[in-house]
Amino acid sequence: MNDSTAIAPMPGSSKLAILAYLGISALVYVLMMVLGLLMRMGQANWLGLPADLFYQIMTAHGAGMVGISGLAGSAVMWYFLRRYVDLTVGILWANLAFFLSGVVLILGGIFLGGYAGGWTFLFPLPSHGMGLWGPVGAACFLGGLLLIGVGFLLLYLDVARAIISKYGSLARGLGWPQLFGNSDETPPPAAVVAATMVLLVNITGIVAGAVVLVLILVNLFMPEFEVDALLTKNLIYFFGHVFINATIYQAVIAVYEILPEYTKRPWKVNKVFLGAWTASTIMVMAVYPHHLLMDFVMPTWALVLGQIMSYTGGFPILVVTAFGALTIVHRSGIQWDMPSGLLFLSMFGWAVGVVPAVIDGTIAVNNVMHNTMWVPGHFHMYLIVGLVAMLFGFKYYITGQDGKPGMFDKLAFWIYSLGGVGLSVTFLISGYFSVPRRWAQHMPEWVGLSQPAALMGAAVALGAAIFAIRFLTSLKHARAV
Amino acid sequence: MIQDTVLVVTLVLMGAIVAAFLFVAINAKNDGGEYAPIQGRAYAIRSKLFWVLVVAGVLITTVTTLDLPYAATRGEMAGVDKQIDINGKQWYWEIADTSAKVGETVVFNVSAGDVTHGLGVYDQDMRIIGQTQAMPGYANSLKLTFDKPGNYKLMCMEYCGVAHHAMVSDFTVTE
Ligand code: HEM
Ligand SMILES: [Cu+2]
Ligand SMILES: [Cu+2]
Repeated sequence: MNDSTAIAPMPGSSKLAILAYLGISALVYVLMMVLGLLMRMGQANWLGLPADLFYQIMTAHGAGMVGISGLAGSAVMWYFLRRYVDLTVGILWANLAFFLSGVVLILGGIFLGGYAGGWTFLFPLPSHGMGLWGPVGAACFLGGLLLIGVGFLLLYLDVARAIISKYGSLARGLGWPQLFGNSDETPPPAAVVAATMVLLVNITGIVAGAVVLVLILVNLFMPEFEVDALLTKNLIYFFGHVFINATIYQAVIAVYEILPEYTKRPWKVNKVFLGAWTASTIMVMAVYPHHLLMDFVMPTWALVLGQIMSYTGGFPILVVTAFGALTIVHRSGIQWDMPSGLLFLSMFGWAVGVVPAVIDGTIAVNNVMHNTMWVPGHFHMYLIVGLVAMLFGFKYYITGQDGKPGMFDKLAFWIYSLGGVGLSVTFLISGYFSVPRRWAQHMPEWVGLSQPAALMGAAVALGAAIFAIRFLTSLKHARAV
Repeated sequence: MIQDTVLVVTLVLMGAIVAAFLFVAINAKNDGGEYAPIQGRAYAIRSKLFWVLVVAGVLITTVTTLDLPYAATRGEMAGVDKQIDINGKQWYWEIADTSAKVGETVVFNVSAGDVTHGLGVYDQDMRIIGQTQAMPGYANSLKLTFDKPGNYKLMCMEYCGVAHHAMVSDFTVTE
């Protein structure tokens, strides 16, 4: 699988940078989960959250979770990718600096400026705070997102440069000569293929996001500069969908690299693998109209395409990656410990979360499920039980915490995974009962659904807190290769 | 109700995935020896799975796209008894007419005066029977036939600011 057997140590201060990415993300995840818990407790009537505070928390939770997932995912990608290509350590640090400055602006915009327009900043809501926030609060939030975008753009441009200089072109990074031609050269390792896909979609997505952020920022201060609501919605969801999905496509590199170590079986980069990643590149970008299925004015072909892409988009995940993980683990004599357990769990969470997502991509279903709790149901499943489990598995791995897990680790594993599944399922059930998402105050008949959900949320946050403490207190054992 | 079908299909498919992962997790610690035969069998299952999903996907796509909720927005008003203009504003609905008769087919022409809202129509059991977006500068037409009398609710489905959850209006269907 590797093109070299001996792995070079991490260059320069990159080990420190990667640990900073991972350490910050561990803390932010726990903090943001507590915010999530507060929202669920508010909806359960266990906590008197004023509506303005609820929506500020919702905005912080959404932006914070998506942003930190981008940061943590990129750390996993960087860590493995630099085994094969020559990445720039300075840019890794620069991205972190942009990120943290963006976070300061975002938090200021929300908690000082009162901005509560949601992480999706659906135009023209940012300029209609109705006294709750003004243009400055909104501008801080949007400017913060823009800064974070600039940092990531630099990072992915550096990844592109490094892959091109080693493999010759991005097409080669995706293994096209092996996929479409009859080249019998060894294809690039899985990490390179995945990173090429991610940089392609994320550069496109971030540029779209930056364009729409600038349009809205100009409009905030010059309302005579008119912007079209439907156009901005297309750009926002294109960016948002691509960015959050790319976090998993980066983190899954840990699965490709670490499960083979455990099972002593190779994760082969063959035609099916390459085909799946090339298909994903296109589908992740083409699927975003499934966020606009209830915008009836959109062209019918785009919406039908949104449904078809939602269906086909599940294929590479279920049929190739999740199935690949099952195959490599089946009767392998694997030792279950924290890294292997969490990575295996993460493949489960991703696969199982795809089901309600794909079903909701059906126009007829979306007509009754769009913007209900069904939606946070599916994505909390593949973010909590999928992505975040993957990331914590990697954190256990990089700090050398493999081998027999301690009692606390085991406990954390079970409350986290069962709590995560439970939390997501209660969201789904709320969606089944038509409970709308993003409602600070629920109707009396819905409150009973939020109460068990709040308990599960507490379990998830507690499990994650234990994972985070175990990671932060084991930093001195971190691998340098 | 379509929600029931959705829930059942979702639970069955999720259950199948749970079963597959449990099966592998339980057998994982046994050493099955050579990888090649295990891989061979897995690939055989995978290609079957692939084709099952392709056929199911094509069939489901065909069936579910025969009747799309977009016709009224494209101007097809045949069989429509009544059109009602609805405008979403922070934070109330301006509704031209808040009632209909049982059996009537109504088209709601939905737009917005400030930010984007979403019109969700809820029945007496507080279940959604249809929705569309309310976007400034655009008009989406939602067509619904009211089979049962009673009190329906028009609720906001798109986050539109701090009183989003308070954007609820009544709609009455009489005999
Ligand atoms: C303890 C764990 C968590 C709890 C209790 C929780 C709870 C919540 C709640 C209550 C909402 C708002 C639901 C509504 O629309 O009414 C929400 C939204 C959201 N959550 Fe979480 N969450 C958790 C973990 C996560 C994680 C790990 C991620 C991502 C990695 C995440 C990403 C999001 C996003 C993107 C939204 C959408 C925000 C919006 O609608 O604007 N959550 N969460
Ligand atoms: Cu509204
Ligand atoms: Cu609203």
